[in-house]
Amino acid sequence: MNAPKEAGLAERASALQGMGESRLRKEDARFIQGRGNYVDDIRMPGMLHMDIVRSPLAHARIKRINKEQALAIPGVHAVLTAEDLKPLKLHWMPTLAGDVQAVLADEKVHFQMQEVAIVIADDRYIAADAVEAVEVEYEDLPVVIDPYAALAPDAPVLREDLAGKTEGAHGRREHPNHIFTWEAGDAAATEAAFAAAAVTVKARIHYPRVHPCPLETCGCVASFDPVRGELTTYLTSQAPHVVRTVVSLLSGIPESKVRIVSPDIGGGFGNKVGIYPGYVCAIVASIVLGRPVKWIEDRVENISTTAFARDYHMDGEIAATADGRILGLRTHVIADHGAFDACADPTKFPAGLFHICSGSYDIAAAYCQVKGVYTNKAPGGVAYRCSFRVTEAVYLVERMVDILAQKLGLDKAEIRRRNFIRKEQFPYTSPFGFEYDSGDYHTALDKVLAAVDYPALRAEQAATRANPASPTLMGIGLVSFTEVVGAGPSKMCDILGVGMFDSCEIRVHPTGSAIARMGTITQGQGHQTTYAQIIATELGIPSEVIQVEEGDTSTAPYGLGTYGSRSTPVAGAAIALAARKIHAKARKIAAHLLEVGENDLDWEIDRFKVKGDDSRFKTMQDISWAAYHQAPPGLEPGLEAVHYYDPPNFTFPFGIYLCVVDIDRATGETKVRRFLALDDCGTRINPMIIEGQIHGGLTEGFAVAMGQQMPFDAQGNLLGNTLMDYFLPTAVETPKWETDHTVTPSPHHPLGAKGVAESPHVGSIPTFTAAVVDAFAHLGVDNMTMPHNAYRVWQQLRDCGAAL
Amino acid sequence: MIPPEFDYHAPRSVAEAIHLLGELGPDAKLLAGGHSLLPMMKLRFAQPTHLIDLNRIDDLRGIHEEGDQLVIGAMTVENDLIDSPLLRARLPLLPEVARQIADPQVRNRGTIGGDIVHGDPGNDHPAIALALDASLVLAGPGGERTLPADGFFLGTYMTQMAEDEILVRIRVPAFAPRTGYAYHKLKRKTGDWATAAAAVVLRLDGGRVSHVRIALTNVAPMALRAHAAEALLLGQALDAARIDQAAAAVMAICAPADDLRGDAEYKTAMAGCMFRRALAQAAARCA
Ligand SMILES: Cc1cc2nc3c(=O)[nH]c(=O)nc-3n(C[C@H](O)[C@H](O)[C@H](O)COP(=O)(O)OP(=O)(O)OC[C@H]3O[C@@H](n4cnc5c(N)ncnc54)[C@H](O)[C@@H]3O)c2cc1C
Repeated sequence: MNAPKEAGLAERASALQGMGESRLRKEDARFIQGRGNYVDDIRMPGMLHMDIVRSPLAHARIKRINKEQALAIPGVHAVLTAEDLKPLKLHWMPTLAGDVQAVLADEKVHFQMQEVAIVIADDRYIAADAVEAVEVEYEDLPVVIDPYAALAPDAPVLREDLAGKTEGAHGRREHPNHIFTWEAGDAAATEAAFAAAAVTVKARIHYPRVHPCPLETCGCVASFDPVRGELTTYLTSQAPHVVRTVVSLLSGIPESKVRIVSPDIGGGFGNKVGIYPGYVCAIVASIVLGRPVKWIEDRVENISTTAFARDYHMDGEIAATADGRILGLRTHVIADHGAFDACADPTKFPAGLFHICSGSYDIAAAYCQVKGVYTNKAPGGVAYRCSFRVTEAVYLVERMVDILAQKLGLDKAEIRRRNFIRKEQFPYTSPFGFEYDSGDYHTALDKVLAAVDYPALRAEQAATRANPASPTLMGIGLVSFTEVVGAGPSKMCDILGVGMFDSCEIRVHPTGSAIARMGTITQGQGHQTTYAQIIATELGIPSEVIQVEEGDTSTAPYGLGTYGSRSTPVAGAAIALAARKIHAKARKIAAHLLEVGENDLDWEIDRFKVKGDDSRFKTMQDISWAAYHQAPPGLEPGLEAVHYYDPPNFTFPFGIYLCVVDIDRATGETKVRRFLALDDCGTRINPMIIEGQIHGGLTEGFAVAMGQQMPFDAQGNLLGNTLMDYFLPTAVETPKWETDHTVTPSPHHPLGAKGVAESPHVGSIPTFTAAVVDAFAHLGVDNMTMPHNAYRVWQQLRDCGAAL
Repeated sequence: MIPPEFDYHAPRSVAEAIHLLGELGPDAKLLAGGHSLLPMMKLRFAQPTHLIDLNRIDDLRGIHEEGDQLVIGAMTVENDLIDSPLLRARLPLLPEVARQIADPQVRNRGTIGGDIVHGDPGNDHPAIALALDASLVLAGPGGERTLPADGFFLGTYMTQMAEDEILVRIRVPAFAPRTGYAYHKLKRKTGDWATAAAAVVLRLDGGRVSHVRIALTNVAPMALRAHAAEALLLGQALDAARIDQAAAAVMAICAPADDLRGDAEYKTAMAGCMFRRALAQAAARCA
């Protein structure tokens, strides 16, 4: 963009509140006044309430279900089980990952809290009583919790419904509890690199199961109109259009008669991408009863059943030269998918984009293999504030690089500097075939190291280590990450066959204001603010008069939704290109009005002016009026455009994060003394929103690394499924965040923007681990498993003889 | 997360509440702040059919002095303990502890009486009542009786209080001049119960311990008073070897349950650690 030449220009530009401005969030006024409209705020005449009977056991056969007592409670309208759904063929449903999932348990239960029956009642109090009154008789079956044990030759068979099925959605199944084996890279070349290398390291890196745990749980209000044959469902979905397609396919109702509305969403983080049994049951109940039915999860149900994340057991290996140049990377992963494969990944990628695991490094040969496994746990495996499995990938490579550095006695900054992809190598093709669009890792690293005076920190650490009476251990974590976001090019990425494009429709009204609709849906990202800024800059219309609407499938153009940092990379590009179509038409109108040729016009902020004559111009407002009033002959009236954007490539945001911790040798508590996050997300649309997203992502990363866990006992009981145990940090626990940035635009994106909101989650988690492990590095420790809560860190202190 | 149906009663006097309690029998529960009872009802662990709400009985609230004793109404909420000038001046350990309990919302409703009689080993007030040598005034159909806190706690959710009784007041001797005190509580996050916590009340005379009370939270089925550790310190100077012995005696009486906060080994070690820190701070405050 040209810098405005005069004061007048600068004022006109800033009046638009366009790209680059820290425009205040348009969403906040309603949220801070309690005027949001969430699914649970929606009430419809005659609405009934649904609650779910859930299994107390993790693996059992259902002997008998007795509904009589529940049905006898006044105000109970129906109790439905798998038997009732069978005639409709809705007792099972397809998953996004090519598996099937029980809507209501069919003959057996596969995980604790699995949906067994539903109750529909006048209010949620009666429904809760009726849930208690449904009697279910179970016969215990042996429980499989450990994914390695699941693959033992004599392991109990979990999925009897798949008996004899040796072909899964992603190839051969070798064992009844095996889902798929997926691989990428070049096994032979990698083997050769390992054979020739001077140094190799190997470690098992476990990324434990966690849950996104948004403040608002999942839920819906389904309303079937039996007279019109139309189904409207308000639903907490990050991908409402995909839900509409799936609901139409499952129910047989034409897609034109299905309307899905995502109202305000209280956080998604991947938890609201999937389609859950609760949604299907509420819809069926509404169709059967002809009345609206509301279902809202409680917190225990949310943590226990709807979409966990991670649970990757990764065997990582690196081959290197004696001076620390990485020659090869290899990993074998056991992925615990729970009882049904309900991951939400692009269909062709059962392990998501895990093959970004060569990271920010120039590695000649790499190979990865992921095996999906069934266990008696809830299904899921969603992208928790990250692009598909990118968090796991970054965690793996960053851990392995640190382990290599420790083995070689190399500084952790130095080993990264030696192996980074250099600026001039971009676009860079990774050993897994990704084409990294742009990057400048060395500059970012130098900036971070200078900002914290890295040598001084290392000197302080050495002094602390030399003092046996020191009450603390000091650790420094340093991580460089490269993400792959903006899924994605439809030649590679689809969901159930629908390409992962996104869309925008813009209408400019006669008086110069505008409405824009997209296929994405905001859940805290501030789309209503930033999307308007893109249009403001592209079209010279003030942000203030641009309405942004998303989430209603009856009005918004089809799009794949918001997750995997795809809104700005994909929908943001669609917005820019739709705006440019309007811009091109506006130029024609302006030329007509000014009676000059199109090429005789210059665009300036909010107007077209005649080249060389500042006094002759038409503002966007003039042009809007003319579009409806005196469109040039041969041109349609009106001023609107739609654009469906199929990205040519992913985008590759990156960053360098540094964390300093002090560990209390008596209690095991870790204090984050300092955390600096440098992010490069290419062009920055709203710096304030970026800052906010980074703070949020760092805080969630802190939660994962330092406290979130989903432990199971041997019977498959999930321990800690309330917020008393499941760690959501408050302002009291949250460290102070420092941020910085560099700007390396994406060359293939119309705005140069790469997406940012997930980087801080992806990048910070390995940084915390690196810092905690680094505190123990002089004691011979090179890896520790999350979460690094006081209890676990204290065990490490004790085992090293460092506890006070 | 939704309790079964119950009837709600709101008596205006202690006598009326005792009468209702007798009449409705064991299916009735007293409701104070509700921050222990309601979560149990929502999880359907507790299913009382009647709730007798004590919140409208004004007599049960407030803090006043009676000579060298402070008298605290059972229905006094944590925030009122924190804000009380009287407690800050004469019994500063109580406001300091109340600030470490739960979060501001809970402290705005949760009462000292409910916290004590609930019998949850994770609650902080039972150990504090032991450390402060408090007495509990219980009212029942037959009138009032006063029990020392020491001996009141029998086990998880078990106390000396009878089913037809109400805790009405807590009586606590005010601190003598130059009393040192501290409560150290290790927790995973704000709003959490203790992984382990220790209270110390201490007076020194010529460098020797002339008074000491040590009590522990959440390391046994009920709050513990560390008698042996007290005996080791009484009359002694606080040198390193003594402190080590006392810490060992503190840890020796711990019998915590394993949970997500830690196993018995960790919690026991933390009880020792919290005791050392509380003792050091209490000693520093003795001046
Ligand atoms: C998120 C959260 C965190 C918490 N953290 C802590 C913590 O760190 N430390 C801590 O100590 N507590 C904690 N608590 C518990 C809280 O302090 C409770 O308020 C307290 O345990 C009970 O007091 P209450 O007034 O709420 O009693 P209620 O919940 O109303 O009652 C508890 C029990 O005591 C009985 N009862 C109450 N008052 C009387 C009376 N006067 N006479 C006879 N019986 C009575 C009731 O019948 C019931 O059985 C926490 C609670 C929550 C929700």
